[in-house]
Amino acid sequence: MADDDKADVPGGPGQRARTRRRGRGGREQLVVPPAEFRSYYGKPIVKAPPWKYDIAAYLFLGGLAGGSSLLAAGADLAGLPNQRRSARIVALGGITGSLYYLVHDLGRPERFHHMLRVLKLTSPMSVGTWILSAYGPFAGLALGQEIVPLLPEKLARRLPTELISRASRPAGLVAALAAPAVASYTAVLLTDTSLPSWSAARRELPFVFVGSAAAASGGVGLLLNPLDESGPARRLAVGGAALELTADQIMQRSMGITAEPLHEGRAGKYHRAAQVLTGAGAVGAVLGRRSRLLSAVSGLAMAAGSACTRWAVFHAGMASADDPKYVVVPQRERRDARGGGEAYAEQVGDDRAR
Amino acid sequence: MSAFLSDLGRSFFGDIDPAEDNGYSDPPPRKGFFTDTSVCIGCKACEVACKEWNLIPEDGVELSGMSYDNTQALGASTWRHVAFIEQEVPARVAEASVAPAPSAPVDLGMPAPTLPGDSPDAAEPTDFRWLMESDVCKHCTHAACVDVCPTGALMHTEFGTVVVQNDICNGCGYCVSACPYGVIERRSGPAGNPAVGIAQKCTLCYDRLTEGQTPACAKACPTDSIQFGDLDELRERAAGRLDQLVEAGEPNAQLYGHDTRNGVGGTGAFFLLLDDPEVYGLPPDPVVTTRHVGAMWRQAALAAVTLLGGAVAAFAAGGGA
Ligand code: SF4
Ligand code: SF4
Repeated sequence: MADDDKADVPGGPGQRARTRRRGRGGREQLVVPPAEFRSYYGKPIVKAPPWKYDIAAYLFLGGLAGGSSLLAAGADLAGLPNQRRSARIVALGGITGSLYYLVHDLGRPERFHHMLRVLKLTSPMSVGTWILSAYGPFAGLALGQEIVPLLPEKLARRLPTELISRASRPAGLVAALAAPAVASYTAVLLTDTSLPSWSAARRELPFVFVGSAAAASGGVGLLLNPLDESGPARRLAVGGAALELTADQIMQRSMGITAEPLHEGRAGKYHRAAQVLTGAGAVGAVLGRRSRLLSAVSGLAMAAGSACTRWAVFHAGMASADDPKYVVVPQRERRDARGGGEAYAEQVGDDRAR
Repeated sequence: MSAFLSDLGRSFFGDIDPAEDNGYSDPPPRKGFFTDTSVCIGCKACEVACKEWNLIPEDGVELSGMSYDNTQALGASTWRHVAFIEQEVPARVAEASVAPAPSAPVDLGMPAPTLPGDSPDAAEPTDFRWLMESDVCKHCTHAACVDVCPTGALMHTEFGTVVVQNDICNGCGYCVSACPYGVIERRSGPAGNPAVGIAQKCTLCYDRLTEGQTPACAKACPTDSIQFGDLDELRERAAGRLDQLVEAGEPNAQLYGHDTRNGVGGTGAFFLLLDDPEVYGLPPDPVVTTRHVGAMWRQAALAAVTLLGGAVAAFAAGGGA
């Protein structure tokens, strides 16, 4: 073995001191002290899921659909026809795309129906599949009212168009009631894993995600609708953006060392982009409320910011699985804090434990 | 929420018998592995026997360049993995060596391995040691992989072990990210293998167990580093062996996974290690994700209500611009 290999010897002195130094971001450096840890040749300890990039799109589209259903139902009740139509279309499109990506990433997609064999509260993937299955048809039916007038007359005469139109509103309301679950369960999907940066975010991530869902759907609402109908969408988007940014700040602080991946590499780029786009979009939406163009651009920025947030969280989790530091250091601290040994249950309160 | 979850008939933490907890009435005693790494010689017989018996395809022939460990990690096509750790430690006198006394060897006229310092021409002991550890699925009492599987493909058997049902798994890969030990993985190739696209891991040779046989790895292990049996008995044996090692002056010797109060309720495969778990690539303090699932759903519900309330407020403030 060559001399310079020594640093990689597990348990050797080189390994202990191996830390990743970053030139930038002085403030985080204060919160996160340099980590000392030992590992097995720096090999990962936990495994990242075999999901590709499109799962990040799935997270975004689910949020977009959920928020849009709320927007559609509200617009229906408040009498905003343009907003209602666009939001219903976005909701169905979003959920369809979301389902496509979900099935697409399965190793055996032809067995998707096995997902509906059981309902398990311990499995967010199971709960989520059920939520989507319950929500999807109603989101689809809600669109009926918008489609009926567009049908060729021949076809329209043979369909129960009257019934379809009348079912739209109740269906839209049911979809809106299920929608918040569609937007928030994806947070549990990520946090109910062993990937350090996801599981450490388990308190705040649902709030980041619903905020991001509101920002995305409200933003798209702003983009697609005239000024005289965009009041609620604007408020939803700006409120969502504020929630997203605030929850994100709290989350970063409570994640400890596992917040690092959120600031590095690909995740870091998305994270910075998300903050700029969401923040600027929200400011623009407030200041530009009399300008159609400024509103549209701001809406688009908030939607893009929301997507970047999902991408950032997705990649940060994947990166945290690759570096054993994020597994060893927090677990080691927990173990040492209670004086070693395995007796986790006695030392740590159940749900309050991080 | 947690109370509601337990009402569904299963426990999510604590010391339980996994077979009983999963509905087997009158199951056989819980089976498991005790891997005593202090006697492992790194021969990889377990790796090979496992591959042979379970018809596992090769997963690439590659030199890792880091040690004798070219397998590198557990995975879809590696259900036993022998870790090699090269450590600098002060040289020890031969008397302190704690390998169990061998029964009188039969001379086959072959070059034979001896203890350092035993044969007259052996070199001086050096400030160096190898640690070897044969790693495997831990067959957790509260197995995260079982908890999160959306199809029910992962289950506890009557022996308290954890298996994947190949005909049910849809390959979502969620179990992969749930396992706190990084054990289970979705098989990606070679094409034509029936289990491609399906989560794969050690079954503790379920097929052999049902026939009353010993798992292939334990059967093949020449030093009894891998011991198979009733978990209760193994835990007792392990405690005795630990005492022996500590007495012989192994300050860092420790059992890993045996304690039923740990984050996964104790594992069905546990280890005697000579250094801290992370040195072997094991997580120091793993916790089953399900322990927090009640809190997670609560947070998600709060967030959902926030979103609903926010939407209502956005409309309550008036319709137009
Ligand atoms: S070690 Fe991982 S794969 Fe094995 S039973 Fe536990 S959670 Fe499942
Ligand atoms: S990959 Fe298979 S075994 Fe793993 S969680 Fe998905 S369905 Fe279950």
